Amino acid sequence: MGEEAAIVVRDQHRKVHVFLNSCRHRGNRVCRYDEGNTSLFTCSFHGWTYDLEGQVAALPFHDGGYNALPKGQWGLHEARCTVFEGSIWACWDESAPSFVEYLGGCELYLSGFLASIDGTPGGAEVLGGVQKWRLPANWKVPCPDTDRTHGWITHKSVMEVRIGPSGEGRRDRSDRGKSYTVNFPHGHTMSMSLPKAEAEPYRDSWAQTPIVREYLEHAYHERKKRMGALASVDSSPAIFPNMGTQYYQPWVVRIMHPQGPTMTEIWTYFFVDRQAPQEVKEIVKDYYSRYTGPAGMTQQDDMENWHWSTAGSKGTISRRLPYNYTLFLDEEPEPGPETFGLPGNFSNIMSDENHRVYYQRWAEFMAARSWDDLMHRPVK
Amino acid sequence: MTATSALTPGELRDLRLEIEDFLYLEADLLDERRYDEWLELLADDIRYFMPIRRNVPQGEQHRENTVPRTEMSWFDEGKPTLALRVRQIATGSHWCEEPFSRVSHLVTNVRLAEVGETEVTVHCRFLVYRNRLEDEVSFFIGRRTDTLRRAAGSWQIARREIILDQNVLLAKNLTTFF
Repeated sequence: MGEEAAIVVRDQHRKVHVFLNSCRHRGNRVCRYDEGNTSLFTCSFHGWTYDLEGQVAALPFHDGGYNALPKGQWGLHEARCTVFEGSIWACWDESAPSFVEYLGGCELYLSGFLASIDGTPGGAEVLGGVQKWRLPANWKVPCPDTDRTHGWITHKSVMEVRIGPSGEGRRDRSDRGKSYTVNFPHGHTMSMSLPKAEAEPYRDSWAQTPIVREYLEHAYHERKKRMGALASVDSSPAIFPNMGTQYYQPWVVRIMHPQGPTMTEIWTYFFVDRQAPQEVKEIVKDYYSRYTGPAGMTQQDDMENWHWSTAGSKGTISRRLPYNYTLFLDEEPEPGPETFGLPGNFSNIMSDENHRVYYQRWAEFMAARSWDDLMHRPVK
Repeated sequence: MTATSALTPGELRDLRLEIEDFLYLEADLLDERRYDEWLELLADDIRYFMPIRRNVPQGEQHRENTVPRTEMSWFDEGKPTLALRVRQIATGSHWCEEPFSRVSHLVTNVRLAEVGETEVTVHCRFLVYRNRLEDEVSFFIGRRTDTLRRAAGSWQIARREIILDQNVLLAKNLTTFF
């Protein structure tokens, strides 16, 4: 979480906890592994030992000197944590609003993002192997990722060599409703397409591997039964401030962990549909691999641009100059609830509105003295 | 060396020298950006694999590297995808390789691990140095296990496992071949 190392555990009662990975004695890490099973965390420095609920379980070799210590106050520092349809969200601030309150209207879309293709809630399955890498860029540069104006040039080369699932471009064309950029009062941003009852989003997909298309079409049929008109809505919410997503082509969550102002450690988690046959999971994984991450033919060029956007902005002169976020500035966003019966503020798919909202929200966070200053915007 | 080899020590030494030459030729092709010629060294059924490395407790090393197919790795692909990468570099608009990076592949510690009738498994270490634009530098160091197959008087690479000695990748991307 940013520059703080965190431990995510499930205790004996299957409750999820998120702890700061820092011994309360002298700050050493109490967990030195990426994943695994344990019943205790024992610090390698002096042996302070914690159980899976973060409580002090043992204080070895203290010769009675800690007998008066209020052990209950010296457990691992715990973050507030919410499990939302299988995804775990944590926050160090006890006074922060609840996670759903913080989402402020985009929970519907986050829920859709985390569902199986057939609409089963929480059906997204994370593949083993989290890609983690260092990008010499400010962590805000890759956020928000709703940017329909960059692909034609940033990704010109992949369009030419055609890495898409059907051997064209970089993605399959998808028959869905009209696309918009959408934002929420608390700074979350995404793109999505409006509901379209007769949509057939997977009809023209995966021409080279029909087994994937057949699975997707079958699952989408089930999705329509379950979700009705909302079935065709594809959303990839970027949760303010540093979490980004892409839906299905590829299907990922990216966390931009700041490492100071000019270095970011990106963690990317890759999703498959839990219910898909193993062969389908492997074929889509191959597509993700050639598409995104440090070895991804598409994202490599994003990284080059993100890197040099930061490097090109560091000088005294360049820091005096504003960036330009004026695309479709004169177009008033449409209020989703009134216009479409859906949460969010809707703008032209090419608009910079999401960036404007994101950086306005950032400025509000920098100026705020408390959550009261930040949660004043009406949520519809 | 496994006992499958019927070769004499002298023949094995000659074979190792022949394979070293092949690996050094390959490194030259890559560093001289002769990517199409490099592709010709790859068998049509090559598997090119670089796992993600995890920090795991001693005794659980079987979980240290992600596995092919079912888990995400840095690379887990065949020749068609490698050929796409070569074509992408050649477009001139693959910005992270435009202009080209300056790359040197150092290959060392070459050892024959298994000698069969048609295939030889070779262990080596690599140090790939990438220098880009004015002052951007990346080092990639690790081990490789290559399965080489005899083909028309030369060799083809039938399998390559690249074990990069990094957990968090300390580079912004992997635009070079290993």
